[in-house]
Amino acid sequence: MIRTLGKTALSVVHELGEISLFGFGALRAFCGQRHRLSKLVLAIHEIGVRCLPIVLTVGLFTGLVMGLQLYYTLVKFGAESALGTAVALSLIRELGPVLTALMVVGQAGSAMASELGIQRNDEQIDALHTMSIDPKGYLVGPRLLAAVICFPMLTALFDLIGILGGYLTGSVLLNVDSGVYWNRVFESVTWGDVRGGFIKALVFGLLTISICAYRGFNTHRKASFPGVRGVSESATRAVVWSSVGVLAADYLITSFLL
Amino acid sequence: MADAFLKIRDLKKHFGENKVLDGVDLDVARASVTTIIGKSGIGKSVLLKCIANLLAADSGTIELEGQPIARSRRGSGDSDGVTFSYMFQNNALFDSLTAAENIALPLVERTRLKRAEIRQRVDAMLEHLELSASAQRYPGELSGGMKKRVALARALITKPQIVLFDEPTTGLDPERKFSVFEMIADYRARFGFTALLVSHDIPEVFEISDQVAWLDGGKIRFFGPPSDLHIETESALAGFLSKANYGRKNELSKGESSI
Repeated sequence: MIRTLGKTALSVVHELGEISLFGFGALRAFCGQRHRLSKLVLAIHEIGVRCLPIVLTVGLFTGLVMGLQLYYTLVKFGAESALGTAVALSLIRELGPVLTALMVVGQAGSAMASELGIQRNDEQIDALHTMSIDPKGYLVGPRLLAAVICFPMLTALFDLIGILGGYLTGSVLLNVDSGVYWNRVFESVTWGDVRGGFIKALVFGLLTISICAYRGFNTHRKASFPGVRGVSESATRAVVWSSVGVLAADYLITSFLL
Repeated sequence: MADAFLKIRDLKKHFGENKVLDGVDLDVARASVTTIIGKSGIGKSVLLKCIANLLAADSGTIELEGQPIARSRRGSGDSDGVTFSYMFQNNALFDSLTAAENIALPLVERTRLKRAEIRQRVDAMLEHLELSASAQRYPGELSGGMKKRVALARALITKPQIVLFDEPTTGLDPERKFSVFEMIADYRARFGFTALLVSHDIPEVFEISDQVAWLDGGKIRFFGPPSDLHIETESALAGFLSKANYGRKNELSKGESSI
């Protein structure tokens, strides 16, 4: 059992090393690409614009639910006036970056892993090699850079709409004074909280997109099956690994930030 | 062949216990068409992929004009800086790009040509391959034959020194097959590239081949002009050609029954 645990731990560390090298290699190769701006714009559309509706929807409902749950908890201690503080800090420090990352993984990450897997099986990646175009720079680099740009922005929008959702249930539905709610939000949130949320968003962006791209790009050697089943396995593993990676990284970053 | 353009010596490649290439020697002359024949799964595509650097050989050398191919990736002269082009069996076209964009891709990404010049070259290629009407269509909207022609156009647009064709006529009707072979011969004459083909279309492919290489058991067992095939008595090759219907067609064309 100890041997198995050791082997698993070593294989996870090895895989993480490979993913890191893959990500850095892709970013470096992107620097040598032509027409970088147009590729970046397309990647931002794929990761940022297409994920915006789901991020906003989940953000709104998260805020609505938090407003309800926290109100009924705080009211027991006569502290319902602290609703704004509780909603804002929970979202900005923790839930915003984590849920945004999970939503983007579900929407863009899985699609990216599948697309790259199909391109691998269809020899499109080999075709780029034969055209002397670096496939990592062409296919992965722009997406990683787009993740660096989009994740913090999506997280910020998630936080904003979540705080608005908390206001809708807390103030509009449950009659917490709206002035008190917004005053507590502005008073309690510090630049350190916002910076911490952005750091998490950046790390999650690089981590998740690297994992998803790595799984798809290496479908031919990482999946247990060839063909369509292999692509399906790569997409599933990409989502699972990314989600676990987000939660593990969240714990590590939080322990450093606090 | 002392002055071979592409020289392969003792090339070996195995996958696990399976020795796919077990000491391949092959000399390809400049501006020639060499066709590699052999049974399915014998390693013809693996050989092409080793030449194109898509697979790393276990041992052996591949030299282009006396230089290892890794150092010869950049072409010279009129070749847009491209040494090799590869036409894949399943075309490997990008679904999100139109036919014209697929053809232009290597020029857009690897050359400093102006947009107008790229467009001019792509338009000329589309016209030559009778694809002008489909220029703005995506691969998913094209027939199998059209996709082949788009892939062929993409392989040739950079004027490479060597073009590797991996079963370029798979899935085409006889008329289209003939048309693709004719295009390869025509373009070879116009651009002077060296062509290395893998094909099962025996004997049609011999019409455009200067040399034929028969790969069997991981080695090249026959190498010579197609005209020498009918006097070849090596039993395994004769059996292979017979199954490929070559004997009957050859008899009809030559009035001989030598295979």
